[in-house]
Amino acid sequence: MNNNNGQKLAGKVAVITGGSRGIGAAITKRLAADGASVAFTYAKGADAAASVVKEIERSGGKAIAIQADAADADAVKAAVEKAAATFGQLDILVNNAGTAIPKPFEETTLEELDRVIDINIRGVFVATQAALKHMHEGGRIIMIGSAVGERVAAPGLVPYAGTKGAVKMFTQALAREIGSRGITVNNVQPGPIDTELNPATGDWATPQKAATALNRYGHVDDIAAMVAFVAGPEASYITGANLTVDGGMNA
Amino acid sequence: MKTQSKTPGVVLLTGALTGIGRATAIAFAREGAKLVVSGRHDDKGRELVAELRGLGAEAEFIKADVRHEDEVKNLVEKTVKRFGRLDIAVNNAGTEGKPGPIVEQTAETYAATFETNVFGVLLSLKHEMRVMQRQKAGSIINVSSTLGQSGAPGASLYVASKHAVEGLTQSAALEGASFGVRVNSVAPGPTDTGMLTRFTGTPEKKAALVGGVPLNRMGTPEELAAAIVFMASPEAAFITGTTLVVDGGKLAR
Repeated sequence: MNNNNGQKLAGKVAVITGGSRGIGAAITKRLAADGASVAFTYAKGADAAASVVKEIERSGGKAIAIQADAADADAVKAAVEKAAATFGQLDILVNNAGTAIPKPFEETTLEELDRVIDINIRGVFVATQAALKHMHEGGRIIMIGSAVGERVAAPGLVPYAGTKGAVKMFTQALAREIGSRGITVNNVQPGPIDTELNPATGDWATPQKAATALNRYGHVDDIAAMVAFVAGPEASYITGANLTVDGGMNA
Repeated sequence: MKTQSKTPGVVLLTGALTGIGRATAIAFAREGAKLVVSGRHDDKGRELVAELRGLGAEAEFIKADVRHEDEVKNLVEKTVKRFGRLDIAVNNAGTEGKPGPIVEQTAETYAATFETNVFGVLLSLKHEMRVMQRQKAGSIINVSSTLGQSGAPGASLYVASKHAVEGLTQSAALEGASFGVRVNSVAPGPTDTGMLTRFTGTPEKKAALVGGVPLNRMGTPEELAAAIVFMASPEAAFITGTTLVVDGGKLAR
Protein backbone atom coordinates (compact mmCIF):
# COMPACT_ATOMS: atom_id res chain seq x y z
CA MET A 1 0.00 0.00 0.00
CA ASN A 2 3.00 2.29 0.14
CA ASN A 3 2.05 3.99 -3.11
CA ASN A 4 4.05 6.83 -4.57
CA ASN A 5 5.01 7.85 -1.12
CA GLY A 6 8.75 7.71 -1.00
CA GLN A 7 9.83 9.00 2.37
CA LYS A 8 7.36 11.78 3.06
CA LEU A 9 7.88 11.47 6.81
CA ALA A 10 11.68 11.28 6.78
CA GLY A 11 13.14 12.99 9.83
CA LYS A 12 9.83 12.88 11.72
CA VAL A 13 9.10 11.10 14.99
CA ALA A 14 5.70 9.53 15.61
CA VAL A 15 4.05 8.10 18.70
CA ILE A 16 1.20 5.65 18.21
CA THR A 17 -0.86 4.43 21.15
CA GLY A 18 -1.99 0.82 20.90
CA GLY A 19 0.41 -0.03 18.08
CA SER A 20 1.08 -3.74 18.50
CA ARG A 21 -1.89 -5.16 16.60
CA GLY A 22 -4.83 -4.42 14.35
CA ILE A 23 -5.24 -0.92 12.98
CA GLY A 24 -2.53 0.45 15.29
CA ALA A 25 0.10 -1.98 14.01
CA ALA A 26 -0.76 -1.10 10.41
CA ILE A 27 -0.44 2.62 11.19
CA THR A 28 2.87 2.08 12.99
CA LYS A 29 4.33 0.10 10.09
CA ARG A 30 3.04 2.55 7.48
CA LEU A 31 4.45 5.64 9.21
CA ALA A 32 7.77 3.82 9.56
CA ALA A 33 7.71 2.83 5.88
CA ASP A 34 7.14 6.50 5.03
CA GLY A 35 10.32 7.37 6.91
CA ALA A 36 9.23 8.27 10.44
CA SER A 37 10.93 6.91 13.54
CA VAL A 38 8.11 5.35 15.51
CA ALA A 39 7.41 4.67 19.18
CA PHE A 40 4.28 2.76 20.05
CA THR A 41 2.56 1.66 23.21
CA TYR A 42 0.89 -1.65 23.94
CA ALA A 43 -1.11 -2.79 26.94
CA LYS A 44 -0.30 -6.49 26.78
CA GLY A 45 1.20 -8.96 24.35
CA ALA A 46 4.93 -8.22 24.40
CA ASP A 47 5.52 -10.79 21.64
CA ALA A 48 3.23 -9.03 19.15
CA ALA A 49 4.88 -5.71 20.00
CA ALA A 50 8.36 -7.16 19.53
CA SER A 51 7.42 -8.57 16.15
CA VAL A 52 6.20 -5.16 14.93
CA VAL A 53 9.53 -3.65 16.02
CA LYS A 54 11.45 -6.44 14.29
CA GLU A 55 9.50 -6.07 11.06
CA ILE A 56 10.18 -2.32 10.94
CA GLU A 57 13.86 -2.76 11.75
CA ARG A 58 14.25 -5.42 9.06
CA SER A 59 13.04 -2.84 6.51
CA GLY A 60 15.61 -0.36 7.77
CA GLY A 61 13.28 1.68 9.99
CA LYS A 62 13.52 2.74 13.61
CA ALA A 63 10.95 1.60 16.18
CA ILE A 64 10.54 1.11 19.90
CA ALA A 65 7.71 -0.52 21.83
CA ILE A 66 6.68 0.78 25.25
CA GLN A 67 4.37 -1.08 27.61
CA ALA A 68 1.62 1.30 28.78
CA ASP A 69 -2.08 0.72 29.42
CA ALA A 70 -4.02 3.57 27.81
CA ALA A 71 -6.14 3.84 30.96
CA ASP A 72 -3.06 4.50 33.10
CA ALA A 73 -2.32 8.21 32.89
CA ASP A 74 1.16 8.01 34.44
CA ALA A 75 2.17 5.18 32.14
CA VAL A 76 0.92 7.04 29.04
CA LYS A 77 2.74 10.22 30.06
CA ALA A 78 5.95 8.28 30.71
CA ALA A 79 5.65 6.56 27.33
CA VAL A 80 5.35 9.87 25.46
CA GLU A 81 8.35 11.25 27.38
CA LYS A 82 10.37 8.14 26.61
CA ALA A 83 9.58 8.42 22.90
CA ALA A 84 10.63 12.07 22.79
CA ALA A 85 13.80 11.34 24.78
CA THR A 86 14.74 8.35 22.63
CA PHE A 87 14.37 10.10 19.29
CA GLY A 88 15.08 13.67 20.42
CA GLN A 89 11.79 15.17 19.18
CA LEU A 90 8.09 14.43 18.61
CA ASP A 91 6.17 15.49 15.51
CA ILE A 92 3.18 13.16 15.18
CA LEU A 93 0.84 11.63 17.78
CA VAL A 94 -1.68 9.00 16.72
CA ASN A 95 -4.25 8.37 19.45
CA ASN A 96 -5.21 4.91 18.30
CA ALA A 97 -5.72 3.00 21.56
CA GLY A 98 -9.40 2.40 22.08
CA THR A 99 -11.87 -0.09 23.40
CA ALA A 100 -15.48 -1.14 23.07
CA ILE A 101 -17.56 -3.32 25.38
CA PRO A 102 -20.50 -4.16 23.13
CA LYS A 103 -23.65 -5.11 25.03
CA PRO A 104 -27.20 -3.86 25.53
CA PHE A 105 -27.29 -0.45 27.19
CA GLU A 106 -29.37 -1.56 30.17
CA GLU A 107 -26.89 -4.35 30.96
CA THR A 108 -23.88 -2.05 30.81
CA THR A 109 -22.38 -1.32 34.22
CA LEU A 110 -20.93 1.94 35.43
CA GLU A 111 -17.55 0.21 35.70
CA GLU A 112 -17.73 -0.73 32.03
CA LEU A 113 -18.66 2.83 31.09
CA ASP A 114 -15.69 4.12 33.09
CA ARG A 115 -13.35 1.70 31.35
CA VAL A 116 -14.47 2.88 27.90
CA ILE A 117 -14.20 6.55 28.92
CA ASP A 118 -10.77 6.01 30.55
CA ILE A 119 -9.26 4.60 27.37
CA ASN A 120 -11.18 6.42 24.64
CA ILE A 121 -11.24 9.91 26.18
CA ARG A 122 -9.03 10.17 29.25
CA GLY A 123 -6.20 8.34 27.46
CA VAL A 124 -6.48 10.72 24.50
CA PHE A 125 -6.45 13.73 26.82
CA VAL A 126 -3.32 12.57 28.64
CA ALA A 127 -1.33 11.51 25.58
CA THR A 128 -2.21 14.68 23.68
CA GLN A 129 -1.24 16.97 26.55
CA ALA A 130 2.05 15.15 26.99
CA ALA A 131 2.84 15.19 23.28
CA LEU A 132 1.99 18.86 22.75
CA LYS A 133 4.79 19.89 25.12
CA HIS A 134 7.23 18.62 22.50
CA MET A 135 5.46 19.71 19.32
CA HIS A 136 6.27 22.67 17.10
CA GLU A 137 4.83 24.15 13.93
CA GLY A 138 3.98 21.33 11.55
CA GLY A 139 3.02 19.00 14.42
CA ARG A 140 0.23 16.51 13.87
CA ILE A 141 -2.32 15.15 16.37
CA ILE A 142 -4.37 12.36 14.82
CA MET A 143 -7.30 10.69 16.56
CA ILE A 144 -8.69 7.34 15.59
CA GLY A 145 -12.36 8.01 16.27
CA SER A 146 -15.07 5.97 14.62
CA ALA A 147 -17.75 6.25 11.98
CA VAL A 148 -20.18 5.59 14.86
CA GLY A 149 -19.01 8.84 16.41
CA GLU A 150 -21.31 10.47 13.84
CA ARG A 151 -23.92 7.86 12.90
CA VAL A 152 -24.80 4.60 14.61
CA ALA A 153 -25.87 1.60 12.54
CA ALA A 154 -26.02 -1.16 15.17
CA PRO A 155 -27.23 -1.63 18.77
CA GLY A 156 -24.98 -2.37 21.73
CA LEU A 157 -22.57 0.50 21.25
CA VAL A 158 -23.91 3.30 23.45
CA PRO A 159 -20.76 4.03 25.53
CA TYR A 160 -18.47 3.46 22.54
CA ALA A 161 -20.48 5.74 20.22
CA GLY A 162 -20.73 8.35 22.98
CA THR A 163 -16.98 8.43 23.51
CA LYS A 164 -16.24 8.50 19.77
CA GLY A 165 -18.65 11.41 19.37
CA ALA A 166 -16.71 13.07 22.16
CA VAL A 167 -13.45 12.45 20.28
CA LYS A 168 -14.93 14.27 17.28
CA MET A 169 -15.69 17.41 19.30
CA PHE A 170 -12.41 17.09 21.23
CA THR A 171 -10.71 17.22 17.83
CA GLN A 172 -12.64 20.25 16.60
CA ALA A 173 -12.17 22.19 19.84
CA LEU A 174 -8.46 21.46 20.09
CA ALA A 175 -7.89 22.25 16.40
CA ARG A 176 -9.40 25.68 16.96
CA GLU A 177 -7.42 26.26 20.17
CA ILE A 178 -3.95 25.38 18.86
CA GLY A 179 -4.30 26.22 15.16
CA SER A 180 -2.28 29.41 15.54
CA ARG A 181 0.73 27.26 16.52
CA GLY A 182 0.61 25.53 13.13
CA ILE A 183 -0.24 22.18 14.70
CA THR A 184 -3.11 20.29 13.09
CA VAL A 185 -5.63 18.04 14.87
CA ASN A 186 -7.70 15.59 12.87
CA ASN A 187 -10.00 12.65 13.50
CA VAL A 188 -9.86 9.57 11.27
CA GLN A 189 -13.19 7.72 11.56
CA PRO A 190 -13.01 4.07 10.50
CA GLY A 191 -16.05 2.04 9.64
CA PRO A 192 -15.89 -1.75 9.97
CA ILE A 193 -12.25 -2.82 9.56
CA ASP A 194 -11.17 -6.45 9.55
CA THR A 195 -9.16 -7.06 12.74
CA GLU A 196 -8.85 -9.65 15.50
CA LEU A 197 -11.28 -7.59 17.61
CA ASN A 198 -13.80 -7.11 14.80
CA PRO A 199 -13.32 -9.92 12.27
CA ALA A 200 -14.99 -9.66 8.87
CA THR A 201 -16.71 -13.03 9.28
CA GLY A 202 -19.24 -14.22 11.85
CA ASP A 203 -22.58 -13.11 13.32
CA TRP A 204 -21.36 -9.72 14.51
CA ALA A 205 -19.90 -8.95 11.07
CA THR A 206 -23.03 -9.54 8.98
CA PRO A 207 -24.97 -6.38 9.92
CA GLN A 208 -21.82 -4.22 9.81
CA LYS A 209 -20.94 -5.43 6.34
CA ALA A 210 -24.51 -4.83 5.18
CA ALA A 211 -24.43 -1.29 6.58
CA THR A 212 -21.60 -0.30 4.23
CA ALA A 213 -22.37 0.80 0.67
CA LEU A 214 -19.42 -1.22 -0.61
CA ASN A 215 -20.83 -4.28 1.22
CA ARG A 216 -17.50 -5.28 2.70
CA TYR A 217 -15.11 -4.68 5.54
CA GLY A 218 -12.14 -2.40 5.06
CA HIS A 219 -8.52 -3.41 5.52
CA VAL A 220 -6.27 -2.03 8.26
CA ASP A 221 -4.07 -0.54 5.53
CA ASP A 222 -7.01 1.64 4.40
CA ILE A 223 -6.86 3.42 7.76
CA ALA A 224 -3.08 3.54 7.78
CA ALA A 225 -3.14 5.24 4.35
CA MET A 226 -5.42 8.03 5.57
CA VAL A 227 -3.32 8.50 8.72
CA ALA A 228 -0.15 8.68 6.61
CA PHE A 229 -1.73 11.25 4.32
CA VAL A 230 -2.93 13.52 7.11
CA ALA A 231 0.42 13.10 8.93
CA GLY A 232 2.29 14.24 5.86
CA PRO A 233 3.32 17.65 4.55
CA GLU A 234 0.62 17.70 1.85
CA ALA A 235 -2.14 17.85 4.49
CA SER A 236 -0.89 21.14 5.92
CA TYR A 237 -4.27 22.91 5.47
CA ILE A 238 -6.37 20.09 6.93
CA THR A 239 -7.27 20.56 10.59
CA GLY A 240 -10.31 19.94 12.76
CA ALA A 241 -11.51 17.54 10.08
CA ASN A 242 -13.37 14.28 10.52
CA LEU A 243 -11.94 11.92 7.94
CA THR A 244 -14.36 9.07 7.47
CA VAL A 245 -13.08 5.80 5.98
CA ASP A 246 -16.15 3.59 6.17
CA GLY A 247 -17.04 2.09 2.80
CA GLY A 248 -19.94 4.50 2.52
CA MET A 249 -21.62 3.44 5.78
CA ASN A 250 -22.50 6.98 6.84
CA ALA A 251 -23.49 8.33 3.41
CA MET B 1 10.44 6.36 -10.98
CA LYS B 2 6.78 5.49 -11.01
CA THR B 3 5.72 2.21 -12.50
CA GLN B 4 2.77 1.91 -14.85
CA SER B 5 0.57 0.15 -12.27
CA LYS B 6 0.91 3.02 -9.80
CA THR B 7 -0.14 5.83 -12.13
CA PRO B 8 -3.62 7.29 -11.72
CA GLY B 9 -4.66 6.28 -15.26
CA VAL B 10 -6.99 8.47 -17.29
CA VAL B 11 -8.16 11.60 -15.48
CA LEU B 12 -10.87 14.03 -16.62
CA LEU B 13 -11.12 17.44 -14.96
CA THR B 14 -13.80 20.06 -15.48
CA GLY B 15 -13.08 23.65 -14.56
CA ALA B 16 -9.44 22.75 -15.05
CA LEU B 17 -8.07 26.00 -16.40
CA THR B 18 -7.66 28.11 -13.27
CA GLY B 19 -7.26 27.93 -9.51
CA ILE B 20 -7.81 24.59 -7.80
CA GLY B 21 -8.60 22.81 -11.10
CA ARG B 22 -5.35 23.90 -12.68
CA ALA B 23 -3.27 22.92 -9.64
CA THR B 24 -5.02 19.55 -9.60
CA ALA B 25 -4.25 18.94 -13.28
CA ILE B 26 -0.58 19.65 -12.62
CA ALA B 27 -0.56 17.39 -9.53
CA PHE B 28 -2.07 14.52 -11.54
CA ALA B 29 0.41 15.11 -14.38
CA ARG B 30 3.26 14.73 -11.89
CA GLU B 31 1.74 11.39 -10.78
CA GLY B 32 1.92 10.14 -14.37
CA ALA B 33 -1.76 10.50 -15.31
CA LYS B 34 -3.16 10.81 -18.80
CA LEU B 35 -5.28 13.92 -18.70
CA VAL B 36 -8.21 15.59 -20.33
CA VAL B 37 -8.60 19.13 -19.06
CA SER B 38 -11.79 21.00 -19.79
CA GLY B 39 -13.07 24.52 -19.56
CA ARG B 40 -14.59 27.28 -21.61
CA HIS B 41 -11.51 29.15 -22.88
CA ASP B 42 -9.43 27.83 -25.80
CA ASP B 43 -6.37 29.96 -25.16
CA LYS B 44 -6.03 28.99 -21.49
CA GLY B 45 -6.73 25.38 -22.43
CA ARG B 46 -3.92 25.28 -24.98
CA GLU B 47 -1.58 26.94 -22.50
CA LEU B 48 -2.35 24.38 -19.77
CA VAL B 49 -1.98 21.42 -22.13
CA ALA B 50 1.46 22.70 -23.15
CA GLU B 51 2.45 22.92 -19.50
CA LEU B 52 1.15 19.41 -18.74
CA ARG B 53 2.98 17.96 -21.73
CA GLY B 54 6.09 19.76 -20.52
CA LEU B 55 5.77 17.69 -17.33
CA GLY B 56 5.79 14.55 -19.46
CA ALA B 57 2.04 13.89 -19.32
CA GLU B 58 -0.20 12.93 -22.22
CA ALA B 59 -2.80 15.67 -22.14
CA GLU B 60 -5.64 17.07 -24.22
CA PHE B 61 -7.88 20.09 -23.88
CA ILE B 62 -11.55 19.63 -24.71
CA LYS B 63 -13.72 22.72 -24.60
CA ALA B 64 -16.97 22.22 -22.74
CA ASP B 65 -19.54 24.20 -20.80
CA VAL B 66 -20.93 21.90 -18.10
CA ARG B 67 -24.33 23.62 -18.30
CA HIS B 68 -25.03 21.95 -21.65
CA GLU B 69 -25.64 18.20 -21.76
CA ASP B 70 -24.47 17.75 -25.35
CA GLU B 71 -21.13 19.32 -24.43
CA VAL B 72 -20.68 17.18 -21.31
CA LYS B 73 -21.62 14.03 -23.23
CA ASN B 74 -19.15 14.95 -25.96
CA LEU B 75 -16.43 15.66 -23.38
CA VAL B 76 -16.75 12.24 -21.75
CA GLU B 77 -17.08 10.40 -25.09
CA LYS B 78 -14.01 12.11 -26.54
CA THR B 79 -12.01 11.35 -23.41
CA VAL B 80 -12.79 7.65 -23.72
CA LYS B 81 -12.14 7.73 -27.46
CA ARG B 82 -8.73 9.35 -26.94
CA PHE B 83 -7.48 7.30 -23.98
CA GLY B 84 -9.63 4.15 -24.02
CA ARG B 85 -11.20 4.52 -20.57
CA LEU B 86 -11.97 6.88 -17.67
CA ASP B 87 -10.42 6.11 -14.27
CA ILE B 88 -10.84 9.37 -12.37
CA ALA B 89 -13.13 12.35 -12.85
CA VAL B 90 -12.81 15.62 -10.94
CA ASN B 91 -15.93 17.76 -11.19
CA ASN B 92 -14.46 21.08 -10.28
CA ALA B 93 -16.30 23.50 -12.57
CA GLY B 94 -18.14 25.97 -10.39
CA THR B 95 -19.15 29.58 -10.19
CA GLU B 96 -19.58 32.11 -7.41
CA GLY B 97 -22.69 33.26 -9.26
CA LYS B 98 -23.93 36.70 -8.35
CA PRO B 99 -23.59 37.08 -4.57
CA GLY B 100 -26.08 39.30 -2.78
CA PRO B 101 -28.82 39.27 -0.13
CA ILE B 102 -31.78 36.92 -0.48
CA VAL B 103 -34.21 39.82 -0.79
CA GLU B 104 -32.55 40.74 -4.10
CA GLN B 105 -32.34 37.28 -5.68
CA THR B 106 -34.10 36.51 -8.96
CA ALA B 107 -34.74 33.63 -11.33
CA GLU B 108 -31.65 34.80 -13.22
CA THR B 109 -29.28 34.83 -10.21
CA TYR B 110 -30.63 31.42 -9.18
CA ALA B 111 -30.00 29.98 -12.64
CA ALA B 112 -26.56 31.62 -12.88
CA THR B 113 -25.41 29.64 -9.84
CA PHE B 114 -27.39 26.40 -10.02
CA GLU B 115 -26.89 25.70 -13.73
CA THR B 116 -23.14 25.33 -13.27
CA ASN B 117 -22.78 24.19 -9.67
CA VAL B 118 -25.65 21.71 -9.48
CA PHE B 119 -26.89 20.85 -12.98
CA GLY B 120 -23.30 20.81 -14.25
CA VAL B 121 -22.25 18.33 -11.56
CA LEU B 122 -25.34 16.20 -12.20
CA LEU B 123 -24.62 16.05 -15.94
CA SER B 124 -20.97 15.28 -15.29
CA LEU B 125 -21.82 12.48 -12.85
CA LYS B 126 -24.39 11.06 -15.27
CA HIS B 127 -22.03 10.67 -18.19
CA GLU B 128 -18.95 9.74 -16.16
CA MET B 129 -20.84 7.08 -14.23
CA ARG B 130 -22.23 5.56 -17.43
CA VAL B 131 -18.66 4.91 -18.59
CA MET B 132 -17.46 3.77 -15.17
CA GLN B 133 -20.45 1.45 -14.75
CA ARG B 134 -19.37 -0.40 -17.92
CA GLN B 135 -15.78 -0.55 -16.64
CA LYS B 136 -16.98 -1.63 -13.17
CA ALA B 137 -14.38 0.76 -11.77
CA GLY B 138 -13.76 4.45 -11.28
CA SER B 139 -13.34 7.22 -8.77
CA ILE B 140 -15.09 10.59 -8.85
CA ILE B 141 -14.33 13.70 -6.82
CA ASN B 142 -16.81 16.57 -6.69
CA VAL B 143 -15.33 19.84 -5.51
CA SER B 144 -17.82 21.35 -3.08
CA SER B 145 -17.04 23.97 -0.41
CA THR B 146 -17.14 24.55 3.32
CA LEU B 147 -20.22 26.56 2.31
CA GLY B 148 -21.73 23.15 1.47
CA GLN B 149 -21.89 22.56 5.23
CA SER B 150 -22.68 25.97 6.68
CA GLY B 151 -24.43 29.21 5.83
CA ALA B 152 -23.07 32.59 4.79
CA PRO B 153 -24.84 35.93 4.55
CA GLY B 154 -24.92 37.30 1.02
CA ALA B 155 -24.07 33.95 -0.52
CA SER B 156 -27.30 32.01 -0.12
CA LEU B 157 -27.42 30.62 -3.65
CA TYR B 158 -23.78 29.54 -3.66
CA VAL B 159 -24.32 27.97 -0.21
CA ALA B 160 -27.46 26.17 -1.38
CA SER B 161 -25.77 24.95 -4.56
CA LYS B 162 -22.82 23.51 -2.63
CA HIS B 163 -25.15 21.78 -0.17
CA ALA B 164 -26.71 20.21 -3.25
CA VAL B 165 -23.29 19.01 -4.39
CA GLU B 166 -22.85 17.22 -1.05
CA GLY B 167 -26.23 15.52 -1.48
CA LEU B 168 -25.43 14.51 -5.06
CA THR B 169 -22.10 13.11 -3.87
CA GLN B 170 -23.63 10.91 -1.18
CA SER B 171 -26.40 9.66 -3.46
CA ALA B 172 -23.98 8.96 -6.31
CA ALA B 173 -21.74 7.09 -3.87
CA LEU B 174 -24.62 4.86 -2.76
CA GLU B 175 -25.53 4.15 -6.40
CA GLY B 176 -21.93 3.70 -7.58
CA ALA B 177 -21.01 1.30 -4.78
CA SER B 178 -22.82 -1.56 -6.52
CA PHE B 179 -20.67 -1.22 -9.63
CA GLY B 180 -17.26 -0.42 -8.19
CA VAL B 181 -17.36 3.36 -8.42
CA ARG B 182 -16.39 5.58 -5.51
CA VAL B 183 -17.73 9.13 -5.25
CA ASN B 184 -16.46 11.65 -2.71
CA SER B 185 -16.24 15.39 -2.35
CA VAL B 186 -13.42 17.66 -1.34
CA ALA B 187 -14.55 20.84 0.38
CA PRO B 188 -12.17 23.79 0.19
CA GLY B 189 -12.29 26.55 2.76
CA PRO B 190 -10.93 29.97 1.81
CA THR B 191 -8.41 29.19 -0.91
CA ASP B 192 -6.22 31.75 -2.62
CA THR B 193 -7.76 31.77 -6.11
CA GLY B 194 -9.19 34.19 -8.61
CA MET B 195 -12.71 33.06 -7.70
CA LEU B 196 -12.23 34.09 -4.08
CA THR B 197 -10.96 37.48 -5.23
CA ARG B 198 -14.09 37.96 -7.35
CA PHE B 199 -16.33 36.59 -4.59
CA THR B 200 -15.02 38.92 -1.90
CA GLY B 201 -14.58 41.95 -4.16
CA THR B 202 -11.72 43.65 -2.34
CA PRO B 203 -8.32 42.49 -1.02
CA GLU B 204 -9.41 43.63 2.47
CA LYS B 205 -12.54 41.47 2.42
CA LYS B 206 -10.51 38.54 1.09
CA ALA B 207 -7.97 38.91 3.92
CA ALA B 208 -10.79 39.18 6.49
CA LEU B 209 -11.92 35.63 5.63
CA VAL B 210 -8.83 34.33 7.38
CA GLY B 211 -10.20 35.65 10.69
CA GLY B 212 -12.35 32.56 11.28
CA VAL B 213 -9.64 30.12 10.25
CA PRO B 214 -7.67 28.49 13.11
CA LEU B 215 -4.56 28.09 10.94
CA ASN B 216 -4.83 31.83 10.31
CA ARG B 217 -4.18 31.74 6.56
CA MET B 218 -5.79 30.89 3.25
CA GLY B 219 -5.20 27.52 1.67
CA THR B 220 -3.25 27.16 -1.55
CA PRO B 221 -4.60 25.50 -4.71
CA GLU B 222 -1.75 22.98 -4.34
CA GLU B 223 -3.01 21.93 -0.89
CA LEU B 224 -6.45 21.29 -2.37
CA ALA B 225 -4.91 19.43 -5.30
CA ALA B 226 -3.05 17.06 -2.96
CA ALA B 227 -6.28 16.21 -1.15
CA ILE B 228 -8.10 15.53 -4.44
CA VAL B 229 -5.29 13.29 -5.73
CA PHE B 230 -5.31 11.31 -2.47
CA MET B 231 -9.08 10.83 -2.41
CA ALA B 232 -9.07 9.69 -6.03
CA SER B 233 -6.25 7.20 -5.51
CA PRO B 234 -6.35 3.48 -4.57
CA GLU B 235 -5.06 4.56 -1.14
CA ALA B 236 -8.65 5.73 -0.56
CA ALA B 237 -10.22 2.45 -1.77
CA PHE B 238 -12.52 2.14 1.29
CA ILE B 239 -13.61 5.78 1.21
CA THR B 240 -16.87 6.64 -0.51
CA GLY B 241 -19.73 9.04 0.15
CA THR B 242 -17.61 11.29 2.34
CA THR B 243 -16.38 14.86 2.28
CA LEU B 244 -12.75 15.71 2.88
CA VAL B 245 -12.78 19.22 4.31
CA VAL B 246 -9.59 21.19 3.59
CA ASP B 247 -10.21 24.47 5.33
CA GLY B 248 -7.56 25.27 7.92
CA GLY B 249 -10.14 24.37 10.58
CA LYS B 250 -12.80 26.90 9.57
CA LEU B 251 -15.68 24.42 10.04
CA ALA B 252 -14.25 23.04 13.30
CA ARG B 253 -16.54 24.74 15.77
